[in-house]
Amino acid sequence: MNTQAIRFLLNGEPVEVTGVAPTTSLLNWLRVHQRLTGTKEGCAEGDCGACTVVVGELEGEDDALRLQTVNACIQFVPALDGKAVFTVEYLRRQTGGGLHPVQQAMVDCHGSQCGFCTPGFVMSLWELYNDCSASGDRPDDNRIRSALAGNLCRCTGYRPILEAGARMFDLPAVGLDGPTLRAQLLALRRRDGLAYAHGENSFHAPRTLADLAALRSRHPEATILAGCTDIGLWVNKQFRELGALIYIGQVAELRQIGEAGGALRIGAGVSLSDAYAALCRHYPELGELWDRFASPPVRNAGTLGGNIANGSPIGDSMPVLIALGSRIVLHSVRGRRTLPLQDFYLDYMKRDLAADEIVEAVEVPLPVPGLQVRSWKVSKRYDSDISAVCGAFALRIEDGRVREPRIAFGGMAATPKRAARTEAALDGRPWDEETLAHALLALELDYAPLTDMRASAGYRRRAAGGLLRRFFLETRPEVSLAAAQTRVFAAFDACTVTP
Amino acid sequence: MKADVFPRVPHAVPAAHHAHPHESAHLHVSGAATYVDDIRELAGTAHAALGLSAKAHARIVSIDLDAVRAVPGVIGVLTAADIPGSNDCGPIIHDDPILADGVVHYIGQPVFAVIADSHDTARRAVRKARIEYDPLPAVLDPLEAKRQERFVVPPMRLVRGEPAARLAAAPRRLKGSWKVGGQEQFYLEGQISYAAPKEDGCIHLWCSTQHPTEMQLVVSHALALASNQVVVEMRRMGGAFGGKESQSALFASVAAVAAWKFGRPVKLRPDRDDDMMITGKRHDFHYDYEVGFDDEGRILAVCIEMTARAGFSADLSGPVGTRAICHFDNAYFLSDADIRALCARTNTQSNTAFRGFGGPQGAVAIEYIMDSIARAVGRDPLDVRKLNFYGGEGRNTTPYGQTVADNVIHELVGELEAESGYRARRAAIAAFNAASPVLKKGLALTPVKFGISFNVAHYNQAGALVHIYTDGSVLVNHGGAEMGQGLNTKVCQVVANELGISLGRVRATAADTSKVANTSATAASTGADLNGKAAEDAARRIRLRLAELAASSHGEGIDPATVRFADDHVFVGDHAIPFGELVQQAYVARVQLWSDGFYATPGLNWDRSKLTGRPFYYYAYGAAVSEVLVDTLTGEWRLLRADLLHDAGNSINPAIDAGQVEGGFIQGMGWLTMEELWWNKEGRLMTHAPSTYKIPATHDCPPEFRVRLFRNRNREDTILGSKAVGEPPLLLSFSALLAIRDAIAAVGDGRIDPPLRAPATPEAILDAVDAVRAQFSAAPAAARSDVAAEALA
Repeated sequence: MNTQAIRFLLNGEPVEVTGVAPTTSLLNWLRVHQRLTGTKEGCAEGDCGACTVVVGELEGEDDALRLQTVNACIQFVPALDGKAVFTVEYLRRQTGGGLHPVQQAMVDCHGSQCGFCTPGFVMSLWELYNDCSASGDRPDDNRIRSALAGNLCRCTGYRPILEAGARMFDLPAVGLDGPTLRAQLLALRRRDGLAYAHGENSFHAPRTLADLAALRSRHPEATILAGCTDIGLWVNKQFRELGALIYIGQVAELRQIGEAGGALRIGAGVSLSDAYAALCRHYPELGELWDRFASPPVRNAGTLGGNIANGSPIGDSMPVLIALGSRIVLHSVRGRRTLPLQDFYLDYMKRDLAADEIVEAVEVPLPVPGLQVRSWKVSKRYDSDISAVCGAFALRIEDGRVREPRIAFGGMAATPKRAARTEAALDGRPWDEETLAHALLALELDYAPLTDMRASAGYRRRAAGGLLRRFFLETRPEVSLAAAQTRVFAAFDACTVTP
Repeated sequence: MKADVFPRVPHAVPAAHHAHPHESAHLHVSGAATYVDDIRELAGTAHAALGLSAKAHARIVSIDLDAVRAVPGVIGVLTAADIPGSNDCGPIIHDDPILADGVVHYIGQPVFAVIADSHDTARRAVRKARIEYDPLPAVLDPLEAKRQERFVVPPMRLVRGEPAARLAAAPRRLKGSWKVGGQEQFYLEGQISYAAPKEDGCIHLWCSTQHPTEMQLVVSHALALASNQVVVEMRRMGGAFGGKESQSALFASVAAVAAWKFGRPVKLRPDRDDDMMITGKRHDFHYDYEVGFDDEGRILAVCIEMTARAGFSADLSGPVGTRAICHFDNAYFLSDADIRALCARTNTQSNTAFRGFGGPQGAVAIEYIMDSIARAVGRDPLDVRKLNFYGGEGRNTTPYGQTVADNVIHELVGELEAESGYRARRAAIAAFNAASPVLKKGLALTPVKFGISFNVAHYNQAGALVHIYTDGSVLVNHGGAEMGQGLNTKVCQVVANELGISLGRVRATAADTSKVANTSATAASTGADLNGKAAEDAARRIRLRLAELAASSHGEGIDPATVRFADDHVFVGDHAIPFGELVQQAYVARVQLWSDGFYATPGLNWDRSKLTGRPFYYYAYGAAVSEVLVDTLTGEWRLLRADLLHDAGNSINPAIDAGQVEGGFIQGMGWLTMEELWWNKEGRLMTHAPSTYKIPATHDCPPEFRVRLFRNRNREDTILGSKAVGEPPLLLSFSALLAIRDAIAAVGDGRIDPPLRAPATPEAILDAVDAVRAQFSAAPAAARSDVAAEALA
């Protein structure tokens, strides 16, 4: 098969890449092929942030420039086609050799000790800096923390880095030449999709849904690639040979968010960042879950569609989507079908998905009056940890009675699963202690969780019960408690101050 | 000379006792700081990967590597049989094979290595190996190892006074068991070694290590070379925390043997998962204790047996056990004590050094006990702690016989208590808890006293070289290893201070065994104390020569001792000579402009068999107050505020020292609250990557974090009056754990002692909450206050 060259901007300069396997990580390409060694490998699984780089893309109908952090260790090089990659080496070019305000603030605040994680922090801060500079915002402490939630530092304890995140705006500003960058990206844009090949392996990046469906039909054996945040690990950690890859990230139809028929429709190619931003506009109660879902670089690269299609029992989006009554839209050359999300999951890592089908979108019902919704995860760490338990709760209270309760948990079974007995114990009952007691007993019967390194089966049961009780305390008609009375994280946010 | 040769530090800024940035900060933030994997590779460089044992304990029946060799790009393989010298990389006791020979002792033990033309090829090829095992019984639990009397070193015991008799006579007693988990170092830069063959059978090794000399020795033994044939170079590490003290040796050895065998440069950079599967961690400890005390909470006698998980080999477990024994007292006078340490041999990774080196494990036990005593007698834990502090007539000798001569714990704790508003917050928290059904707050103030020096006296030595070039720039080389702690920055500050020049003139180079020989590990917090003194000695020797020259050439009968070095000038009588000018004159006058320097810590002695002596030159002190919020429904928690006050002596660099204090505190908090090592039934470590092993992240740094250095010039003659600061602050984190325990106690009446194991994960916290609830509802009201400490297995 003939191949096209992968084309993108590297630190502002166009590059063309051929002769590397499609699963070559951006990190290895930078370090080994380009000898740009500022970007570090700390874990090769997107969990430490030492490899953080910034990727620029044009988005939306007005082709607005968007810069976002990603983990270079789990980005395949062909997925960068048409984009702009910025590494830590770029920053001093911006200033003609001096330190960029982000870097100067890190030096001034003593934000580096061993220095190995530092380039990753600098890039996360650089994204925040550019984002805030463009909008004229000054980030508060919590926004700085959240922007850095995907970067681990073992030396500093973070305080000086958080301080640098505030201090960088006090230094003489250094702007990014957006218009030039935008023009460069427009010049790189392809009419048709990318078809890249190397040996036995190939990478296709179609630009339309029709092309995607046709490709899928011809290559049912191919791996569908979206954000690469999980599939990158198949390569780095499991050494899997993937053969043909079909990348959905350039399919315009899949990158759309819209509202229709009382539902929010989120395309399968929409990033987790954008999907949750849209969800939280309608369901602000989900803010904490969003902030805790993976890390910013993973949310920027990963997609909601990918999280759903993957179907991991510990994925954090499914419980709440199921509790909200979401539907999944599947697409193939044969047409389109829609089914309730809960029915998509058949068994451990088994889904109701035909070989020629792809996930097109998820449809999330919009809130109705009186609907109470919560979803929380429990894990050892606040930031970027995989849930021991993730619970999602939705119900309406009419005339003091529970209507249409929908409860789903992750981490409690082989799939994200509804709590049928618990729901039955609630339906039509007054929302009081007695009903809760019955529901808690029912919850014991709904799940038979496992013991693993994240938690014991017994803890998972008790924590699930604790979350249900918390939901009750926050939503009961009589003297309901505020979030700051029931959740340590809400209370933490309340005492977080700008340094 | 160009004007901008020394641009970074204005002359007016003093070199010492000033918050200079880390010497590499500008490189760190630019991605321009070179770590071993960033060194431009030599032509023909090959890459190694390790094949690991899949069994916890087994005889190797056969190793079939044919399929590995057949992978395109594979250059060859290495097994134990290929090692020409000794197949051992153990630091003290020689029980650590480089590659398993005949028997494997844990899942993750390296069995063979693959050498290939790329890192990826080597890693993929490893998986083609077929190893046949004949399983042997595996011991995975340290307590089971104790029952079987499987120890890596003989049990250690320190007894002072008559603990058994005093215990029996004590009016009140508590007996319990407790445990604290281990901790992965999680240096961000993993283990890495890069070896290049040189002429005449020599090896040059770039290695991320805290102990270049040890790497030189291990490599020379493995290759049957003389030490003078091996050079180890180490510019900086991306973190180490003890994990690269002894355990960089395996990687150094494999890279060097491969380089020797295949005659080409070989780099060995294990993936993070392999690194965590192979290397040892902080020892988890199990404690069985009994303590006797009076009605006020004064300890009368205490007996404790500490069982540490040593793993499959000795490594540094013996000294870790010793340090645990020597820190069980923490800040408290223990008149009658029986302190034992057992290093249990298990079929798991061989545990090793980690910041504090057993000290934290020893001291955290007495703090946990102190807390329990306070609940038992119904007093504020701070009051009970104060009652037991060292100080006063006959209360100044440690169980191991050293006099605590520099005690500042009373003043330091008093200052922190006042500054942090401890008493008022205690009351506010009680009020909050009374009104809060789900969330409970807790508060704890804990002290630290930490002994500085290697327990083994002869390790307490260091050397340095200082060169002054004719342009007036200065290069310093010393035996210490820069791992992020700011050692090079401090040493440069010391040299600049000694020569009266601005810091910008001084540059530190890589540690290099061909420059400064026979160095000790950069460990035990001693890096700046030892190497700073050695560098000061070297600089002083040159300064004396320069002073003599200045005195003799600028006036009759001027005493060289009156020549002053300051502000980049040399002052002789009324004359001020620019430093660079004097250096030029010295060169022309054939005065030696470089010197070595040496330092050995004075006054130390240690009897290894009796566990007594003066192992520590001095003590560093500190204290912390933590306030937490605990969710009694899920066990989730947050640190809301931490106030730290720490004694760094007359700090050479307050910013760097504050960074050590803060970073040590958060790292210790990670150990005690969220970092959990979990092995499955087969003995496979399942938490071997950051996806499953969680170190603190940004939201774990408390929103109110008040950190201050305690003003206290070291009474001993240390480098510029400073104190070591690497390890002691880690112990400040006890306050976070005990604040959680305090919050849990609020679920009951405050007198029930929560059985909180560490790490205090949400699960551990919820277990303790449930235990307190159960006791509280079961116990009749009158009896509730007498509930004793019970451990949760």
